[in-house]
Amino acid sequence: MSRWGMAIDLDRCTGCGSCMAACHQENNLTAVGPSEAALDRVFHWLRVLPEVSEAHAEVTVTYTPQLCVQCDKPPCVRVCPVHATYLSDEGIVAQIYARCIGCRYCMAACPYNAKVFNWYEPQWPGQLQAKANPDVSLRYKGVVEKCTFCHHRVLKAREDAALAGRGLRDGDVSTACEDSCPAKAIVFGDLDDPASRVSRLARSPRASRHHEDLGTEPKVYHLARKE
Amino acid sequence: MSADKHEFVDGDLLRSIEQSGVGFRVATTVLGLTVLTAWVLFSRQILEGLGVTGLNQPVAWGFYIVNFVFFIGISHAGTLISAILRLSQAEWRRPITRMAEVITVVVLAIGAFHPVLDLGRPERALNIFTAGRLQSPLLWDVSSISAYFMASTVYLYIPMIPDIAILRDRGVRPRWLYSFLAWGWQGTPRQQAVLGRAVNIMMVLVIPIAVSVHTVISYIFAMTLQPGWHSTIFGPYFVVGAIFSGIAALLMVMIVLRRIFRLERYLKQIHFDYLSRLLLIMALLWFYFTFSEYLTAFFGHEPAEMRVFYYKVSGPYAPFFWGMVVCNFLVPVLILAFRRTRTIPGIFVASLTVVVGMWLERLNIVVPSLANPRSGLPTGYYLPSVVEWGMFAGGIATFILGFVLFARFFPLISLWEIQEGRELSVAETAARLETYLPDPPAAAPAEEASP
Repeated sequence: MSRWGMAIDLDRCTGCGSCMAACHQENNLTAVGPSEAALDRVFHWLRVLPEVSEAHAEVTVTYTPQLCVQCDKPPCVRVCPVHATYLSDEGIVAQIYARCIGCRYCMAACPYNAKVFNWYEPQWPGQLQAKANPDVSLRYKGVVEKCTFCHHRVLKAREDAALAGRGLRDGDVSTACEDSCPAKAIVFGDLDDPASRVSRLARSPRASRHHEDLGTEPKVYHLARKE
Repeated sequence: MSADKHEFVDGDLLRSIEQSGVGFRVATTVLGLTVLTAWVLFSRQILEGLGVTGLNQPVAWGFYIVNFVFFIGISHAGTLISAILRLSQAEWRRPITRMAEVITVVVLAIGAFHPVLDLGRPERALNIFTAGRLQSPLLWDVSSISAYFMASTVYLYIPMIPDIAILRDRGVRPRWLYSFLAWGWQGTPRQQAVLGRAVNIMMVLVIPIAVSVHTVISYIFAMTLQPGWHSTIFGPYFVVGAIFSGIAALLMVMIVLRRIFRLERYLKQIHFDYLSRLLLIMALLWFYFTFSEYLTAFFGHEPAEMRVFYYKVSGPYAPFFWGMVVCNFLVPVLILAFRRTRTIPGIFVASLTVVVGMWLERLNIVVPSLANPRSGLPTGYYLPSVVEWGMFAGGIATFILGFVLFARFFPLISLWEIQEGRELSVAETAARLETYLPDPPAAAPAEEASP
């Protein structure tokens, strides 16, 4: 059994935002438009958070990609009244859209603000509708959704590996954000496999997890910038 | 408690039932239209989605949850206060208990519906029963509130049976209603014993349930890790706030109904004096809890906590925060501490500010913690939409409508309990007071005791 995790090298990240775009395409995220975005209803599973720091008359902007950190002890799962969000065997925090009642308690309880809500019926303007990814189910208004670690890609890779008569190898599964990253800052893989790239990066002295002190045991590692 | 006596002594309490006037029709029409508007707005929300509210990504909870906590808090007025006064044999309770219990039942129904308003998919609300997770604080809420609603409805209804029988015997219309609800009450000694016993059981039962309700509501917030919410004091803090706002609401209702139905003969200065002293004590207790809560957050100086703290104390929520302190502490304490200002208009002003202040407290708890997420997102903001304001107005209109309808069909003051007070309690209380007094010296011979 795998335990999926991710490492994001902030030293490599250029803040280009291609991961956000790829995530939108891959997972059929709704396009809320500028008017909704102005109401603080920006809709991302993965966001690149800019941070502006000023020191000695020099302005530096650094970027931190943030997505659901797939906690091993997820606060959102703990509060859900109807089992609509749960921790899968492979460590992915999943959402059952057909069961979610839309109370948004998980959103209020998540310290990472990783979940988003469909305030209106989702829209895919223009050609986006025709370009929907058939591997990912479409959502509807009134339910909460979140990053799935591209779970559909995990399933597909496992089938492909089984057809080839072998088990999953490191690098077989890649997430959409990982594929799209021109700087190769994102690495996805099995944390239970000590030889995998993500495991090695997670053991790096530069690696840390957001809000580790809360005891949520996230599986997304951020590698600190080199000075 | 024969029915004949009431006709002469307390017949004025039945006036609103036996001769409903134009006022009743106007009030029900206006209130009914307001409630209807709220339902129209709600149907719009169902059709279009929760986007018609002002909620957004960091501030995922707003008016609906604020009003949920607020209304359920008000509901503690009734049953809890009436039960405590009954249990402690406070004789002055007699004209108050019925109104208090009506507040509970009406407001609880309104408050309990608010989480449904807040659902993205209200048609799936029953998933809570088919797929419920008892580990979720929301389920604790559902259990606790439904138990409270059952208990307080029964606790309102049981002591009403003799009064309904009076209405039945006087032939008040609609007759079917009163003969059905009177449940064959004839006032036999056995029936009275059963009634007394039932009331006793319910009043003891209702107290722990009422305390559990607001404790569990606070747990919705306290069980998360969010700054400003994750606090052990939240359970008792919410219960104190609930009783506080409940007493204030009860006083307001008493003052308004006394004016409308000319109940000056029953609700006397002494009742307001006693209840307002209770309100004063709760104001001090509320301040103590608030002070402890914010001092702990401030002294620990954890960055995430401090962001929420400053957001309330000196940030965008400063008007609401300091407004809350003024409304919940300064105004009521200044008015109620002095006998000169503790008049009925003074008490009304103090109660009104407390109700407003407690609403502000709920707003201060729900929104700032969500608007200042730990994750590094920029500070969020929240502006309620017309729909949310409309639902708020609808909730208040439903409350008033509930009272108007209740007053139209049932007596607002318990007839038989007043009568019981006149006939039995004076002697009973005197006998009870005797038992408080020290016994005569034990060794003394009988001759010395009676000179």
